[in-house]
This record gives sequence, C-alpha cells and structure tokens, in this order.
Amino acid sequence: MYTQALNTAEADDRSLEDAARAAQFEARIDAEERIEPNDWMPAAYRKTLTRQISQHAHSEIVGMLPEGNWITRAPTLRRKAALLAKVQDECGHGLYLYAAAETLGTSREELIDAMLAGKAKYSSIFNYPTLTWADIGTIGWLVDGAAIMNQIPLCRCSYGPYARAMIRVCKEESFHQRQGYEIMLTLCRGSDEQKAMGQDALNRWWWPVLMMFGPPDATSQHSDTSTKWKIKRFSNDELRQKFVDATVPQAQYLGLTIPDPGMIQDDDGHWRYSEIDWTEFKQVLAGNGPCNRDRIAARRKAHDEGAWVREAAAAYAAKRAHRRTARAAE
Amino acid sequence: MATPNTPLWEVFIRSRNGLAHKHVGSLHANDATMALQAARDIYTRRGEGLSIWVVPSTAITASDPAEKGMMFEPAESKIYRHPTFYEVPEEVGHM
Repeated sequence: MYTQALNTAEADDRSLEDAARAAQFEARIDAEERIEPNDWMPAAYRKTLTRQISQHAHSEIVGMLPEGNWITRAPTLRRKAALLAKVQDECGHGLYLYAAAETLGTSREELIDAMLAGKAKYSSIFNYPTLTWADIGTIGWLVDGAAIMNQIPLCRCSYGPYARAMIRVCKEESFHQRQGYEIMLTLCRGSDEQKAMGQDALNRWWWPVLMMFGPPDATSQHSDTSTKWKIKRFSNDELRQKFVDATVPQAQYLGLTIPDPGMIQDDDGHWRYSEIDWTEFKQVLAGNGPCNRDRIAARRKAHDEGAWVREAAAAYAAKRAHRRTARAAE
Repeated sequence: MATPNTPLWEVFIRSRNGLAHKHVGSLHANDATMALQAARDIYTRRGEGLSIWVVPSTAITASDPAEKGMMFEPAESKIYRHPTFYEVPEEVGHM
C-alpha cells in the first residue's frame, strides 16, 4: 500500500519547515519510536535505508546460488529436502526485504534492475564458490550464523517495515544454522576423509565470513549516521567479536581448527583473532572475487528467461480486466 | 514496450479460527489468483495460517500520519468514555 501513496523523496530543501520536521524526526528516533512509511523522514534516512535494505534483499537472492549448486547432489533425500526448504526461505527473505525497501518509494523492478546492471551491491560472501558438500554445512553454520548475529539487532531498527521483516527472517534463520551445524557434525564424526573435507571448508570460509560484518569501525563510512538514526545498534567490530566468541566453542566441539594460528583467548574470555586481509574484501566488493561474474550472469539469465512468464501473466491479467469492462458496459 | 510494474497486494492471514485476519506484508502479482498462491508460498511456509486474504494495495485508503493529531486527539480528551471515569461505591462490588 505504501508505494502508491508515498511522499515523494524530498529534494535537499533547507526551508524552515523542514528544519522543524527534522528536529521532530530526531526526537522521535531518540524516544525509540518507530518510523513508518508515510511519516516524514529526511531524504538521507530514506536513501541510506533504501540502499541497505535493497542490498540485503539482493544478498538473499544471490545467496540462493551457491547453495542451489548442491541441491541435485545432496547426499540423502533428508538433506535434499532440507536444503530445498532453506533455499526457498532465502527467496522468501529476499521478497520480504524488497517489499520493505519498496515502502521507501523505489519499485522492486528498479531495485532489481540496479542489481542486474551491477550498480547495487550484495554481500561479498556469495562471491565464493561451493566446492564440496562440506561447504553447504559451513554456509549454514557460519554464514547463516553471522547473518543471525547481524540481523537480531535489526529487529529493533528504527524503520518499522525493516524491523518487522527482520523478525520474520530471524525466526526462520535459526533452522538454517542448525541444519548446517548438523551437516558438519555428521562429517566430523564420519571417516577421516569426511572430517578433512569439513576442515577444508572451514579453512576456506573462515576469513570471508569474518569480512561479512563489514570494514573495521575505524574505516566504516556508513556507521555514524546509521547509529544516530538507530538503524544500526552495534558496530561492525562488536558484532564480529560476538560472532567469534560464539563460534570458537562450536568449532572445538566439532574437533575442527579455526585457521588462525595467532588466535588467543584474552583474560575476559574473548577470542582475539588476527588481522583480517581487507585487500581481499575490497577486491571482492570491486567485482574481482572468485564468482562475481558468474553470480551476476546467473541472475541475468534467470531474469531474461523468466521474461516471457512475466509478460504472459501481465497480458492475461490485462485481457481479463478488458473483458470485465466490456461485460460491464453491455 | 516496457512491461508495467506488477501490481502490489496486501496480505492478511488468520492464524487460527477465532482470531481476526492480520496484516503480514505485501507482494506483487498480476491477478488475485496468483496473489493468493504467492501469499501461500511467501507467508505460510510453516503453518502460519488457516485463511488468507489478498487485497489490491490501491484499494486501501490510509489516514495521513501528519494529521494524526486532528484525527485522534478528540478521543484522547473524552475520558468519560472510559469505565474508570465513573465512581461506584465499594459496597456495590465488582461492576
């Protein structure tokens, strides 16, 4: 309902009235009130949320690709059914998020076009390949684990539609992480080869997963205003530390080694990890990760091959609407 | 020719009998049948409902949040509409 009846995006208008409305807006944020689609909001708030929510949506949709790669090769019917359900959930998450982003005034079609044109970003993690079945376990355990860590505080985000979408997503995400950990547990209790496969997957995914939380606090370009507007409740480094502290004991239980020889536990019980290679992160974001071109090519192919379905559905709906009008005129 | 954007629908779900349908979100679909099927797939993958309504978003008229003062303030000031406004002696008991 919101896209059709929305306030048009404000130009950068410095009128007195706007200053008053901005002050009112800040006061509502400070009072922990939720902002809803038809409420007045600063253009920069609208812009930053549209960027963040649509990137989040694109990540869910592109995120279907690395796992979709293993649906036909899942080792058992049970695993296959679970993986199918998980990938379907990711699609659903993408749709909730596009709907939330649209309430800010950009249509889903425009958002998707920006992604297909390579103008919009999605999470760097989905530009890594899934080489073995253990990668599916690792994605569920670590990638979804990191996503949960990031998404739980977003359930209290100041923008109502985003917060509500996150509540739904978080409820469903827990199954994803548990099914991933179960795959890892089975491999680690299996043959030496299977356990080695689990270790190999952890070795490849560990560092890219830590990068999912974004650049270190000192260099993050969006954090300040996002924190002020209560879109973001914790900093990138705080969330990353929480994730590492939660994950190390889980790896120990599996009998796997985190590929960070410099990692130590400090006196407060926090696991301190070594320096992250941010050049790799920047390279992947810039389009030079192992699978960036494949991912976009796969999305474009799916979009192009689905064009006739969208056209046929629109033509059928138009024909029926036309008939109804003709009958009514008789 | 560019295909026009697919229409938007609002989805309402009754989670169990005896409860009202509640707004759960929106989706895009070309017609009511497809909207209903999409709502089933998107919003009820874990037994969330027994009944779904889909309503074209354009059919909804919403109040303007900027006018909420004018709209709702009159109710705020009419405290005599609440039971606690009236005094009933304790001896009368619960009423």
